[in-house]
Amino acid sequence: MQLIDQHAKAIMEGCKERARDAGLRFDDESLEYVVTNRDLLELSPKVMIPTMYDYWVHDVEVLQGKGRYELYPHNPYETVINTRPAISFYNDNNPDWLNVMIFYHVIGHIDFFQNNLYFQHTWDDDFTGQALADKRAITKLRSEKGRWVDYVIEFARSLDNLVDYHGLLAERFRPRGVDFSARVDYYFDVFLQDEKKARISEYVKEMERFNEARRQSGEAGEDNFFKAVQSRYPEFRAMFEKARQPRDRRGRDVMRFLMEHSEFLNREENKWMKTVMEIVRNTSLYFQPQIRTKIMNEGWASYWHETLFMRDDRISGHEVDFARVNAAVTAMPRVGLNPYALGMRLFYFIEEAADKGRYSRSFLSLLDAGQRRRFDQSTGLGREYIFKVRENLNDFLFVSNFVEQDFVDRNGLFVADRVLDEKRMVWRWFVKSRDAGAYKQMVLDGLYHPPLVTVDTAATGADGLCLQHAFEGKPLVRDFVQNTMLGLEFLWGDKVQLETTEVKTIRKPDQKQPTLPGLAPTVEAPGEAEIEWQRIRYTMKDRKLSRSLV
Amino acid sequence: MDERGRAWLERLRADGLTPEREARLRRELEADGSHGLPEAPDRPDYTPGVTVLPEVQDSAAAFGDLERLQALSPPTVPPIARLGSLDDLMARDNQREADGFPRKIRIGKLVKPGKGGRNKVVVVPTTVEDKFVHDPKFKEEGDGGEVGGSGPGEEGEVIGEQPVRPQDGDGGGAGPGQGEGAGHELESNAYDLGRILTEQFKLPNLKDKGKKRSLTRYTYDLTDRHRGFGQLLDKKATLRRIIETNVALGRLIPGEQADTSEFMVAPRDKTYRILSREKDFESQAVIFFLRDYSGSMSGKPTELVVSQHVMIYSWILYQYAGQVTSRFVLHDTEAKEVGDFYTYYNSRVAGGTKVASAFKLVNEIVARENLAQDYNIYVFHGTDGDDWDSEGKECLPELEKMMTYAARIGVTVAETSFGTSGRTEVEKYLKDSGLLESRRKQLRLDVMSENAEETRIIEGIKSLISE
Repeated sequence: MQLIDQHAKAIMEGCKERARDAGLRFDDESLEYVVTNRDLLELSPKVMIPTMYDYWVHDVEVLQGKGRYELYPHNPYETVINTRPAISFYNDNNPDWLNVMIFYHVIGHIDFFQNNLYFQHTWDDDFTGQALADKRAITKLRSEKGRWVDYVIEFARSLDNLVDYHGLLAERFRPRGVDFSARVDYYFDVFLQDEKKARISEYVKEMERFNEARRQSGEAGEDNFFKAVQSRYPEFRAMFEKARQPRDRRGRDVMRFLMEHSEFLNREENKWMKTVMEIVRNTSLYFQPQIRTKIMNEGWASYWHETLFMRDDRISGHEVDFARVNAAVTAMPRVGLNPYALGMRLFYFIEEAADKGRYSRSFLSLLDAGQRRRFDQSTGLGREYIFKVRENLNDFLFVSNFVEQDFVDRNGLFVADRVLDEKRMVWRWFVKSRDAGAYKQMVLDGLYHPPLVTVDTAATGADGLCLQHAFEGKPLVRDFVQNTMLGLEFLWGDKVQLETTEVKTIRKPDQKQPTLPGLAPTVEAPGEAEIEWQRIRYTMKDRKLSRSLV
Repeated sequence: MDERGRAWLERLRADGLTPEREARLRRELEADGSHGLPEAPDRPDYTPGVTVLPEVQDSAAAFGDLERLQALSPPTVPPIARLGSLDDLMARDNQREADGFPRKIRIGKLVKPGKGGRNKVVVVPTTVEDKFVHDPKFKEEGDGGEVGGSGPGEEGEVIGEQPVRPQDGDGGGAGPGQGEGAGHELESNAYDLGRILTEQFKLPNLKDKGKKRSLTRYTYDLTDRHRGFGQLLDKKATLRRIIETNVALGRLIPGEQADTSEFMVAPRDKTYRILSREKDFESQAVIFFLRDYSGSMSGKPTELVVSQHVMIYSWILYQYAGQVTSRFVLHDTEAKEVGDFYTYYNSRVAGGTKVASAFKLVNEIVARENLAQDYNIYVFHGTDGDDWDSEGKECLPELEKMMTYAARIGVTVAETSFGTSGRTEVEKYLKDSGLLESRRKQLRLDVMSENAEETRIIEGIKSLISE
């Protein structure tokens, strides 16, 4: 692995200048390396982080079957990694014009890493440095504890999707400077709305009353206000006290919970295991935003490489070459989901819509199709709007907020599905739906979404560690339950239980075969399967797994 | 074939049959199809005029910049390099077992490494990282799978066809019972696979039947080494001797540049290969593989039985190389012996089921060739548990006869997930006969669901061959 030559670096610096002028914001420093196939061999199992800790599974072909993309953060062949300075990797023999395009793409990613708020917790440190320290710590432990380090890595990694990433975000984005007392928050946010189901007019009236009391006597006003409340709702104090128990998020971070509460891990001789778990946990948290912003990140980078390349004065004469490569990267496939293409088109679409002022009440209240089509307020705020989108959203919100029928129609998008034609050994792909809702759902279903498995802190105790899987319409992969729970039992040091939901019976719809060749080929979409669910409790004790109905 | 099947069905009906059972048997009989190796399956039959979609990327995570933008293909590790670390991995896995954790290396994955070595299949160790993850495909067995698309086309219109099996190049997996092009390589892969499996099992009840040396059979080979004279100079061995001599004489000091013209060459340094007589030993064990290839076996049960037999076969090929003869028998209502594992592995399913026919054929072969006298005989039978001879009236006598000579009979039942567990005919009549208990040393039954995973299959082999 060596740095790119000065000539290429100069091109990169030129790209940075132009990108800054266009409004992108990123650190001055970046590192660019040329990689060979051999380097890639070493880098790809380590998700392109050169200093990632060693682990034997990296040397084995990891079987990617069921839920393959759920297993580890993302495709390992990224060009840029989110470090400080950002590091990017290049093929040895790219021509200059291609490098210009790739550099812009890379800068798009760097801008995204350094501005999208989901990455905020990665901004303070350089992950390569952190990973190097972790790698050394693990090497040292391995020399002392031998293979047991690898067992702990394995068991920790089997839980590294249960780290409450959103809890971490919530922590960071708790609004500051809003110092209403907990009592006020509870009264207005919970008590009136959820408990009393107050009507809006009542709610507003209460708010007025509160503000009035504050205006009259400042801090004391609040007390006065609540005296009145207390006389009106005698149960208020008790309910408030009850709700004041700190909300228990601990159980959402299964790994952290183990580290804090496992008797086994907190024995003097086992404390080193927590170091290993902490490393695995932090590594997972570092990758969480990346896997949750794939479509946006690639879309954003593609939007900018296209926009900036076309303006670049240094590449004249290579427009056709560019067009070919760019089309290969950003074309919408006939069947398939290309995050570059989808993300980029969505950014263009949002920019145009914002330019026309369509994200406004006046547009949304229009019902007439013709008027909607002609609606244009020429606000000129499109660019600004997409910068906000790149700062504040992740893939889920990006897709669920902005994929709409206009977008789907404009780009000729549809949901495709397939049926098997066994005799001819082909899958027949057909257009299933052109409805934006269906399309949106299809994309959302494909996004990274680890199951919500939490520690039931109330039930955990004498009866071992109790986990609850919150059912969201999909069962867990059953083959993985055994080994995952084995690891959990090891780390917890005692019996472990998991409650989850599984399929009891499934009735498949009849499949209609495609029509005969010669006729216009069509397929009727098979109906939905009828599924009956049941709640199952798995118990892992003494490395034996048992399964029972709840 | 149909004639015979039908005649038999009539007979069964005369003896009394429940209507459901009759319907099932009839369905099996009448399902069209014939045995025989499938023809080249590589060419899917596309509808003219419909776009062919070689591959469909169904997840955003399948895209990476290096591949897309810079055309840097994912690095491939030469399979040989992988095999190099196989021993380490196996040692690690053994250690895991000793530490009380389940093994983690999976084997038996046959992959085609793509360009260059087309159709070559090798064994690669693989593993999975277990986690709690949602199962996105719990509804279907492979089919279905919504994905995005773009371009023209009405709702319901077929817009493209994709081959079911990956064409040339990457992708893996063999399709037993449905045919798969790469069968010829099976022996060499089986050898690697066997090496791994050997760690795990040993043939039971192996009796010394005498190493029967055949006086009439000698082979001649240039295997022995001789110093001084011989038929063929072994250059490598000779060079080694020369170096030893010269180190001893102090003419070659390790680590320093040597002047080879100063080397002394003694006549006895010359090492030759010499033609020598090799004795040929006859094998000590015969293994019969029996597979039910009736219509009801279509799909998963066959896959399961065959992959279990591939493993047993691979392991035996490695562990008892040359000492074991394998024989292959396929049966529906009739049994026939086939010459090689390839045919055994790939023959398609069709027709009715009569387990007794296979057992009978084995008994005949053993009697005809007088195998029992000189060989340990093992029989492995794979079925979905369906037998038209529902009480084992014909089967059990044959089985008992077989037990007079066989060292071990292992019956694998791959249950279809539709029926109630433990209710297949074969399982029932074997259990009712009491043989499983009284002749435990010789007869083993392993019942697994057709969805069993590889680890379960290996467990199954263990229980079939355990002492």
